[in-house]
Amino acid sequence: MLKMTSTVLKNLFSKSSTRMYPFEVREPFPLYRGELFNDIDTCIFCKKCAIKCPSQCITVSKNKENGTGIWTCDPFACVYCSICVDVCPTQSLHMKPNHRKPSATREMIDMTGKVKVPKKKAAPKKTE
Amino acid sequence: MARTIIPFGPQHPVLPEPLHLKLVVEDEIVREAIPALGYVHRGLEKLAEIRDFHQMIQIVERVCGICSMVHSLCYCQGIEEMMGIEVPERAKYLRTIWSELHRMHSHLLWLGLFADAFGFESLFMQFWRIRERIMDINEATTGSRVIVSVNVVGGVRQDLTPEQCSWILTELAQAEKEIKSIQSTILTDYTVCKRTQGVGVLSKEQAYELGAAGPTLRGSGVAQDMRQLKYAAFDKIDFETVVETAGDSYARSKVRFREAVQSIDLVRAAIAGLPQGDLAAPFKGNPEGEIITRVEQPRGECMYYMKGNGTKFLERVRIRTPTFANIPPLLAMLPGLELADVPVVVLSIDPCISCTER
Ligand code: SF4
Ligand code: SF4
Repeated sequence: MLKMTSTVLKNLFSKSSTRMYPFEVREPFPLYRGELFNDIDTCIFCKKCAIKCPSQCITVSKNKENGTGIWTCDPFACVYCSICVDVCPTQSLHMKPNHRKPSATREMIDMTGKVKVPKKKAAPKKTE
Repeated sequence: MARTIIPFGPQHPVLPEPLHLKLVVEDEIVREAIPALGYVHRGLEKLAEIRDFHQMIQIVERVCGICSMVHSLCYCQGIEEMMGIEVPERAKYLRTIWSELHRMHSHLLWLGLFADAFGFESLFMQFWRIRERIMDINEATTGSRVIVSVNVVGGVRQDLTPEQCSWILTELAQAEKEIKSIQSTILTDYTVCKRTQGVGVLSKEQAYELGAAGPTLRGSGVAQDMRQLKYAAFDKIDFETVVETAGDSYARSKVRFREAVQSIDLVRAAIAGLPQGDLAAPFKGNPEGEIITRVEQPRGECMYYMKGNGTKFLERVRIRTPTFANIPPLLAMLPGLELADVPVVVLSIDPCISCTER
């Protein structure tokens, strides 16, 4: 046990290794994969994220009649792998570097946005 | 003498995972151990039928949290070999760096748990504090502390900048200093030696015949390490297999301790030799054929068998994990022990039951 003494003494006189968590929060690392968010204004409801997601927790639906699209994600099934962020063609998905708040009830991220009418292809390409 | 059957687990203070052993004891001496597995079976192999081969990467990572990176590395290597994809050199080095970081944090976690198993709580805290540095490196460089999710078929997703590399080196230097400062405690302390030396001996022949893997095998004097197969960047980085010959719990913990220190040097060598280049090779098509790949996990040899049929779903994925290989040696170690030594010996093979049952 004597071999530990120097380490133990050092620990006694140095500052604590742990944080008083809820009161003192460490700065998140910028790359941290925390909460998933969709910037619904730039989303084009292409369903790419829903197809590639390994846990299949995203559903995307488009309503052609009233021109709205719905993007839903089940954050309790999400495994925070950020595959969806990588594949989104418009970069409308991103991850915030902080944890999602705990919750006692099941929550879904529901987002509704306008479906942009795809622009008509301007002037057919000239053929040589 | 009356024989009694004592259940050990599935919930037991020293076991992080639900391993259940029925111990046949006679006057506190174990005569026989009968394992019962199947408490955390999740059917991950079956998922290959409804998730395509890219999505399976995230699934095999979840076979075991602690060796997640090494699982996906093995899986991706198999698919790459099946499809004939040439992985860029930089990706190979990055894979090496993260897999060695995983080995390090797994061994530090285990050393802490092991100290806790014979009641040395303050040593447990020391190891876990050092481990926290490695976890911070993982979090800062990949975005997640445990399941780093960096592998893709053909390469890796994340890159390391030169600043990150130098930060990793300073953190590792600090971690090395801290590990060295408690080296004498874990290796020569009276309490530790008393509880581990000569306890749960597995001879070299037994280890070989019962098919032990990883530190359990190397602790018994067989120098076999899957990194000798030269996957990832291990063909460029020289290392010496860590071997101990005593075959007892102490030898196994010494192997793990020395490997944790060795991993620091391997990460250093990989960072020093990190070449420039692409992160992932582009490819087209679906895997077809059969393949077996093997890598060295922190706990030992891990083997993947995969069968592709040209569609995006794999026909069969079979995973054999090191703990599964280590259960027969464990059952050979237990007879003749005192009941109080059982937790220490069970822990000395580093059981990971989620791996075993997938
Ligand atoms: S991939 Fe991006 S643009 Fe497409 S549906 Fe998902 S969030 Fe919207
Ligand atoms: S982070 Fe991963 S699991 Fe979560 S929604 Fe995106 S792809 Fe799906």
